[in-house]
Amino acid sequence: MSHDHNHEHGHDHDDDHPYQPDIEDFPFTERMLMTQAVAELIVEKGIVTADELRRQIELMDSREPGLGAKLVARTWVDPSYKERVLNDVGSAAAEIGIDIGDIPIKAIENTDKVHNVVVCTLCSCYPRMLIGLPPDWYKSRAYRSRTVKEPRKVLEEFGTHIPDEVEVRVHDSTADLRYIVLPSRPAGTEGWDEEKLASLITRDSMVGVTTAKSPDVS
Amino acid sequence: MTTGRYHPGDRVRVRDAYPPGHVRTPYFVRGHQGEVQEYAGSFPNPEELAYGRDGKPEIPLYRVCFRQSDVWDGYKGPTADTIVIDIYEHWLEPVQ
Repeated sequence: MSHDHNHEHGHDHDDDHPYQPDIEDFPFTERMLMTQAVAELIVEKGIVTADELRRQIELMDSREPGLGAKLVARTWVDPSYKERVLNDVGSAAAEIGIDIGDIPIKAIENTDKVHNVVVCTLCSCYPRMLIGLPPDWYKSRAYRSRTVKEPRKVLEEFGTHIPDEVEVRVHDSTADLRYIVLPSRPAGTEGWDEEKLASLITRDSMVGVTTAKSPDVS
Repeated sequence: MTTGRYHPGDRVRVRDAYPPGHVRTPYFVRGHQGEVQEYAGSFPNPEELAYGRDGKPEIPLYRVCFRQSDVWDGYKGPTADTIVIDIYEHWLEPVQ
């Protein structure tokens, strides 16, 4: 602050400078209050401690698409690893030091005949332990309702054109599974190591709204 | 491990029912026919879990594949396009 305001004088300084609203300046919704109340109650009743709650949030926030990218890159260089991922993501992820927790994740592979895209029409189920928190658009009603009905149009809006001879397969994760797409390895990456390959694998390519980056634009 | 009554390749119809409560079967697929792609494990019934009960016995869950053109009137896209939805066994009926 370059100068002090004397708030005691009560002058209106709205015209002084804009200020960034704090979180509390927005109205609390009923659900926000409910979440807060439940969190306080489960701590108060000793079901989990405040530290366990904090650690779980910290764990979720530490998850990011780089983990999924590492797993996908390994499937590109090791066909037997890919088979293990397709059979059981949890144990295959554990092999490379990633703990996916209790919710089963299923990997679905893009090929030159099938392009996969994931949506959760009922809520926002997402493979968080492998790629972090979902983007806002994934949770939007527009994405959830349109992806099942007009997937090719939605993909076009993401800049992704899938030729008619390739089947578009939508996966609606409405129940107990989460899905991660294994995008196809782009041409022109022969001889690349896993780390370099992982740089081509983005969050959106593992949701299926796009493909892996091409080596010449990365 | 129990694998339930349906097997990959079985034709099934999703029940055309609208019970109240917490149901994971999307509206848009009720009454439609598809093909069982695979058994995905058995899980506590979410319709029971939602009300604080234990959801036992666990219910087989299947990945069921539908042709988009069967699900949506006037689907704009190749007839080969599909949608795969996770559906619990008690929402499926066999198709002869």
